[in-house]
Formats: sequence, structure tokens, C-alpha cells
Amino acid sequence: MKSIKYAFGMSLIAMAMSAGTAQAAKLTLYCSAEEDWCQVMARGFEEATGIDVNMTRKSSGETFAQVKAESSNPKGDVWWGGTGDPHLQAAEEGLSIAYVSDMRGELHDWALRQAASADDKTIGIYSGALGFGYNSDLLAANNLPIPACWKDLLKPEYKGHVQMANPNSSGTAYTTLATMVQLFGEDEGFEFMKGLHANINQYTKSGSAPIKAAGRGENTIGIVFLHDAVKQAASGFPVVPVAPCEGTGYEIGSMSIINGARNLDEAKQFYDWALTAAVQSEAWKVKSYQVPSNMAAETSPDAPDLSTIKLIDYDFAKYGSSDERKRLLQKWDEEVSILPQ
Amino acid sequence: MRKAASEATTHPVLIFWIAAGWVGYVLLPWYGVEDGFFSFGWLTGGYPFDQDYAPAAFLIAQGEKLWLAPMLLALIAPLVVLRLRKTDPPYSVVLILAGGFGFSWLMAQGFGIGIRGFNYDWLTAIFGELGDRQFGMGYGALILASSFLFLFTQGIAARGAINGDVFVVSAIGGVIVIVATFVFFPIARMLIAAFITDDGGYAIGAFLSKFFDDRLWGLGCFWGARCGAALNSLFMAICVATLTTLLGLAFALVVTRSGFRFNRWLRALTVLPIITPPFVISLALILLFGLSGTVTTFFADLFGTQPTRWLYGLPGIMIAQTLAYTPIAFLVMIGVVEGVSPSMEEAAQTLRADRWQTFKTVSLPLMRPGLANAFLLGFIESMADFGNPLVLGGNYDVLSTEIFFAIVGAQYDQGRAAVFAIVLLFFTLSAFFAQRRWLGKRSYTTVTGKGDAGVHPLMPRRLAWPVFAIAGIWGTFTVIVYGMIVYGSFVELWGVSNTLTFKHYITAFSIGFTEHGLHWSGSAWDSFFTTIFIAATAAPLTAAVGLVTAYLLTRQTFRGKDSFEFGTMLSFAIPGTVIGVSYILAFNVPPIELTGTGIILVVSFIFRNMPVGVRAGIASMSQLDKSLDESSLTLGANSWQTFRRVILPLLRPAILAALVFSFVRAMTAISAVIFLVSAQYNMATSYIIGRVENNDYGLAIAYATTLIFVMLTAVAFLQLIVGRTQIGRRTQFVTGR
Repeated sequence: MKSIKYAFGMSLIAMAMSAGTAQAAKLTLYCSAEEDWCQVMARGFEEATGIDVNMTRKSSGETFAQVKAESSNPKGDVWWGGTGDPHLQAAEEGLSIAYVSDMRGELHDWALRQAASADDKTIGIYSGALGFGYNSDLLAANNLPIPACWKDLLKPEYKGHVQMANPNSSGTAYTTLATMVQLFGEDEGFEFMKGLHANINQYTKSGSAPIKAAGRGENTIGIVFLHDAVKQAASGFPVVPVAPCEGTGYEIGSMSIINGARNLDEAKQFYDWALTAAVQSEAWKVKSYQVPSNMAAETSPDAPDLSTIKLIDYDFAKYGSSDERKRLLQKWDEEVSILPQ
Repeated sequence: MRKAASEATTHPVLIFWIAAGWVGYVLLPWYGVEDGFFSFGWLTGGYPFDQDYAPAAFLIAQGEKLWLAPMLLALIAPLVVLRLRKTDPPYSVVLILAGGFGFSWLMAQGFGIGIRGFNYDWLTAIFGELGDRQFGMGYGALILASSFLFLFTQGIAARGAINGDVFVVSAIGGVIVIVATFVFFPIARMLIAAFITDDGGYAIGAFLSKFFDDRLWGLGCFWGARCGAALNSLFMAICVATLTTLLGLAFALVVTRSGFRFNRWLRALTVLPIITPPFVISLALILLFGLSGTVTTFFADLFGTQPTRWLYGLPGIMIAQTLAYTPIAFLVMIGVVEGVSPSMEEAAQTLRADRWQTFKTVSLPLMRPGLANAFLLGFIESMADFGNPLVLGGNYDVLSTEIFFAIVGAQYDQGRAAVFAIVLLFFTLSAFFAQRRWLGKRSYTTVTGKGDAGVHPLMPRRLAWPVFAIAGIWGTFTVIVYGMIVYGSFVELWGVSNTLTFKHYITAFSIGFTEHGLHWSGSAWDSFFTTIFIAATAAPLTAAVGLVTAYLLTRQTFRGKDSFEFGTMLSFAIPGTVIGVSYILAFNVPPIELTGTGIILVVSFIFRNMPVGVRAGIASMSQLDKSLDESSLTLGANSWQTFRRVILPLLRPAILAALVFSFVRAMTAISAVIFLVSAQYNMATSYIIGRVENNDYGLAIAYATTLIFVMLTAVAFLQLIVGRTQIGRRTQFVTGR
């Protein structure tokens, strides 16, 4: 009996000691990019600094919901990745704090504009242009012409072949809606959405689902960010990305430090590290083809070259505000989504 | 008699709980330990004087957290009744007062004082700024709270409630408190949070405008547009519940009432779909029947037709859900079909009824509780299902996914989510009440204490052929779907490159050897171990809570029993997405701080799955005659002994069902889990859905296949330990061949 008690006592002490030594520096990372990229960021930072990283991957909408729910007792330190709007919204609601990194000198203008519009509470880490992609096998099988412009998608022969996400649930689809309003003007933009509605076979919930369905042959044309289309092509699916001829909108993937972070120093260290060229050059190796915000970062030869794409002057402040968003979504709900297909 | 005299003044149970209360107050850390419930870092981290780790008594001795002091009174008071007899009036009064006061004070201080001092403005207005704060409660508070609760229930029992039965009163008290804490409290938190408008007020108008929304009740599908989510959900749930109940009955009949030789195989087959993460069935269906699915292209080539996307929407969800929930109906039906006493059927046949008449007038009516339960389960499961509509929904919006996207979507609209949740709750509760009405107050008791050595008759022939055909076709279909899942896990890139490969398994489950020994280098190991651990912890707890509740509901009468039953069933009717968000809102802040831990996952599973344990227990217990309990009680056993020695052994099938179901559900649940996982505790399903989102079907399916085999092993293992009941009958259809 005695020896059992002794052994029990010793193991308790051993557990206690191991718990004691585990008090090393740590960082809780909320990641809203693709799983592989998130893994690269988390493991890379651990290797570079020796700081333990606890990483959770969720979509930007889910992460925003979580950060908001946890706001009176935050668990996370840094929120990295995901489209810019929820980051801007978090900044607007005081869920993130301002930080001016020393790395700013190396960044593209658009990354800094993102920071400026949120009082330095967020910053651009990558960007991607909107467009669409098609499954070349299915297009050929159905004898359909190759679409090149937004307006091509309205042609009746594409009926039942186009997929996009529901703007109510997806940031990507909301970007599409806002892009049409800015590109064609509000009235003509909504006319476009109505015409498109007739050809849509499904409004998916998630933003990149349409092109993934196209990759698997479950859909012909998907309206998505171009880097998502490129990724499908690079993964071996018969997908061809198209940058529309009229010009297009774009997103700025962002990063924020959470207000009330328990490991603020480590969070700032991660923030600086994530903006370096060396780190951002890793992205395309895990098939994330967004354009990095560090000007010196290298990109994949497959990645869409933003300089050759006609980009509109996207007004993030206006179309990212919750009032404008609510108004456009309500209008879309009432005028477009109820139409028969 | 001597024994009775000495019992009068020693109360072992009372002494135990008083001692526990003192341990909680004086020895254990009062506040939650930062590093987790099971870490013992606090032992060396300055205990017992460090403020973070100090027990309540040490805090007060140092002049800190003085609001914990009044509970000392409630701990001292019970000591004076130790010399009294149970029947002395002061005994019960002191216990009720001490327990009641202690418990209320504990709760009040927990909710009143939070991380920013007083939680409510009126408290600050009365007492001024507190200038201190407290974090979530820990071991000490937990033990002390239980101690107060059970002192209170012992006081109630001593007053003569439920024949002075301490076990029954304590069980009722315990179930009420945990259900209130983990079901009602979070839901109330979320509903309140949802009714607060942007400017901080409460708005009934906002509720009404959201309630009468076209997205809920729209009738657009009659003229080409879309119907509201509420109508869609309702229609779908009714179809699925009917289909699953009929299929479940068919399978149960084939297993018990036919000479079918491969019963074991059929049983295994019908258990398959519930041990599968639900969206994996959807994936297999897409790979088979999608626009570019194997079957679709085969028939398109054969007949030269144009492939369509018919799968996306109602048909797809219905097929997937029927595949997934038929086994649940089967598990419910098999217990009932087996439980119908053969003597009744033999009596009918002795009276010259033919097989069809016996079945129609005796067997089938006795199966009504099972049919109603199976329908109810199917209806609620279908309503709350999240994974299948997520993958296969197409444009067919249902409530559960709409709730999820109202909360996580680009519109962060808790109000809408809450209104949708109320509608969903309304439907499921209506089903619950309808089922109770239909069953009425008739007696379905067939297993009595008297010997029953009959054999079930075979099915009537005019029933046998359709039943065989249906079970056969559906069984074959299930095998094909599962074949596709296994095959899919070995295919390089589905539809593009069909080379066979072990690549996905290696990525997920590779094991390396380094200088430190074994290294679990596969990407899935972390979530895999967490999942097994959490599921194995949750299953026995779920079964225990569920069966105790079922026992209370079927065997005891007490005031408020109906609301008690309502409360314990409620969590099943709440979709997981809502549970997830409400848990985050309720358990992120003191006094109960659980987010980011494994405990919150375990707790959510217990209360999500408890109703199944309750249902299974009720269904079986209502077939056990009360005379069994009565004879046990007459022979001098108390209710705890009766429960343990008489009821439990007869409930083995129900225990097995509850254990299996809760283990499996804990491993395959997704909707609540997706909110509650954290970096440290990531679950398999949330990892898999991440891979699905990434179009990485190979890895997702490989991981799911592994989970299926793990769960099969677990189910077989549980069946082995729990064993099967033999209710004194001859074995059937076992002839020497």
C-alpha cells in the first residue's frame, strides 16, 4: 500500500512540475485563412520564436462572432486572415486595438489604406481580386461559349450553370454585390443581379463553395475570388479562372490584435513577424494565391497578377460600414432573391 | 431492532455531505485554476495562501473576498442536528434553511460580483463601488454547492417528501440543478441577449417583424420562388420521421420475427450510419448521384440524358437523413418489438387468431410507444440536423442552417437567430406533446415479474414479403453508400484521378520515430485523441444522468413532474447551433467559466444527448411491471438498492443504447461543437468539415472512415461488457444445422 501511495504522490508531484514548467510564452491565434496556410503560420512562428501557438481555424464570420461573444473575457490574442470587412467591423466595435508596426515601410499602399480606415486597428496582409472560374470539361460537354465578361454571365444559355454564394451569409458574395453597384451604378448593378439570378442554380452559404463545386464537376461556373479559382486549378481540377473584362472589385485580407489580449507582447511579435517578406513568401507554397502585402514577398507564377487586372476603386469605408451593408442586403433580399428562377 | 435504534442518530449520508462541504470550503482552491480542471500546478504555485489558488477559508482569514464568509454559517448549522433523529422537527428545518441559504448565497455572490466588480448597476448604487473582483468558480465552489444542495434535499426528505426517500429527493434535486444550469441558464442568456436592440432597450416590435418574415413563412414555392425555412423544415421533418419509423419497424421485424439467418450482419449494418459523421453520407451521395456522380454519369451515358442537379435540395437531404436516422428508429423499435411479451401473442393464437390478426390486434398496438418514440426522434433529429443541409441543401433553406448563418454570416443577427430558434423549438415541442397525447394513459406493460417463456411468432406472410423487400433494398443501398466511402478514402482525387493510394491515410495518421521515441506526426492525431477522450468521458455520464431521470419519471410521482420531464427533454429540441452560441455567451464569464476547456464540450454532449438516454430508459421501464419494485421494497430494500439491483439489470438494452448513442454522438456531432472547439480541444468533426470546406474530400473521407472503424470497435466492446438481457425465454430460431 505504502509504495502505491508513494508512487501516486510522486506522480502528482511530477505532474505538478511539468505543469509548472509549461508556463513558457504562448500565443492564441485565431486564423481565418485556409487550414494549410494557418498551419504554416502557427508552426512557422513557433519555430522562429519558441513561443507556443494555440491556433483555431474558423471562417472570418465565425471568428467575428466568437471574438464578439468573448469580448468581456477575451481568449484570443491575434486574429489573422479572413476578408477585411469583419476586421473593420471589429475595429468599429472596439474589439481590436491599434498597433503601428515597424514593418509598415515595406507594405503596399492598399494595406496601409486598410489600416488608416480603421484607426490602425487592423492592417492588410494580402489581397485578392474578384472574378469567376469555369469547369472546362462541363463547359465543353454542354457546348457553351467561354465567358470573358460579367455581362456574358447573363446570357440565357448559361441558365442553371452559374453559382454564387448568398450575400447574406458570405463576405465574398457581398463583395460581388458591392462591386456590381460600384461598377455599373446602383440601378444597373441591381438589374445585373436580377439577370444573374435567373441563371443561378444555387446560392451557396460559403464564399468559395461555387468554385469548389465546379472543381468536382457539380457546377459549371462559380463567381469567387480568383485566387480560389487558381487554387482549384493548381490542385488538379479542370478549372479556368477568368478576370472579367469590365473590371472588378477586390478584398483585403486583414490582421488585428484582439482588445484585452492576454499575451499582448507575443501578439505584437507575431504581428511584426507576419508582415515580413520571408513569411509572406510561404503562402503560395501551400496553394494560397493571394497577393501578399509586403512588396518584397515573392508570388507564384500561377497567381493572378493584380497589375494586369482592371480593378475598380473599391470604397472599403463606405461599403464596409454596417448601415450600407444592411441597406444593400435588404434591397437584394426584397428585389432579387424573391424573383422566380 | 437494535440496528434501527442506532440508525436513528447516525446519518452516514449527512455526515458525508457535511464533510464534503468543509473540504470544499477549507481545503480546495475556491476559484477556477487557470491551467485547466485537471492540472495540479496549484499545489506548488503558492497554495494555500496565493490568492488565485486559496480555499475560501484562507481568503477570508487574509481579509479578502469577505462576501464568501456568510456561507460559513450554513456549514456550521448542520453540525448541531447530527445528534438529532430524522423525525425531530428541527432536523429538517435546520437542514433546509442551511442548505437553501448556503446555495442561494453561493449563486447570488457568483452572479452579483464578476470580473469588473458588481455586475449590476443597482448593486453599485446601494453598496457603492466594490473595488474588488472575482473570476470563475473552481473545485471548492463546486463541492460546496453540491454539499449545500444535498443538505437541502435531505432536509426535504426528512420532512416526509416522497416517503422520506433521500435517494429519490436528492436525485430530483440534482437533476433539476444541473438541467437549470446547463440548459435553461444558457438559453435564457441568449434569448435576453438577442432581445436587446442596438441602443440597449428591449424590442417586442423587432421580434414580431422578424417572426412574420417571408424567410420563415413565405409560400413562394407554390409559384416558382422559394418557401420559408420554417415550412421547409416542417415538411422535411415529417417526411423523414415517417420514412425512418417505417424503415426502423421493418428492420426490427426482420431481425426478431423472421427466420432470417444473417441477423447479426443486419444489426451491424443498421448501426453503421449513426457511427458516421453525418455530412460524410452527404459526400458519398454527391460522389454517387451528383451532377458528375458515378451513377449519374453512368445513366446519362446509357440513356443519353442530360445530368441534372436533382440531388441538391429536398431529395438529397431526405435521402441522407433517412440513411442517418433509420438506425435510431431501429434501435428504439428493436427494444420495443423484442419487449412485447410472447405470452400475449401466444394467447391470441391459442384463441384462434391467425398470424395477421395477432400482429394487427396484439403486437402492433403494443408497439405504439416505440412507434411514437421513433417518430418523435426522427422528427426532432431531422429538424435539428445541420451537417446534411449544409452540404446538400442547395436552395432548400431549413431552420438549423439559417440559424447558423444568421449568427456566423456576414449579418451578425442574433435576434433573427433567436426568433428562428423559437420557431424550431415550437415545432419540436409540439411533436413531443402530440406524441404524449396519442399514447395517452394506456398501459403497455408486458414484462412482469411472472415467468414468461414464450417465443415470438413469425410475421404474417402478407407482411413478410414487403418488409423483406424494403429492408433488403435499403440495406443494399446502405452497403453501396458505405462502400463508396471506403473506396473514396483510397482514391487520389475523386473524379479526376482514380488511382488508388494510401496518401490520405498517411497524411492524417502517420507515426514517426524520433530520438524522443514515438512521434504522432499525422495531421489528424491531435483532434483524434481529443475526440476519443471527450466522447469516452461524456458517454457514461450521459447514460447515468439519462437513466436516473428516466427512473424518476416512470417510477416516482412528485409535484411538478410534468415540468420536470419538459425540462429534461428540452435540450434535445434545441438545435446544436443555438446550444453552441448560448454556451459561449453563458459560460465565457464568471461565475461559471468554461469556454476553451474540454469540460464545455463534455457538458454540451451530456445535455444534448441526455434525452436519448431518458427516452430509451422510459421506453424500457414502462414495460417493467411496478410489482417488481414493490416486491423489492416490501422485502426491505430501499429505493437505491431497488434501482441498482432490480431495475438496472433489466435495463441493460437501454443502458447499452444510451452509452452507444452518447459515445457515437459525441464523436460525430458537429453543430454545437463548431462553436465550442478551441485550439487546445479541437474535435475530429470540426477538423473534417475544415477539410471538406477545402475540397480535400480524400483526407476528410479517410479520417471519417477511420472514425467509423474506431466507433465500431467501441460499440462491439460496449456490447461485450454490458451484455444482453435474457428475460427467461427460450432462445429462438437456433436449430442445429
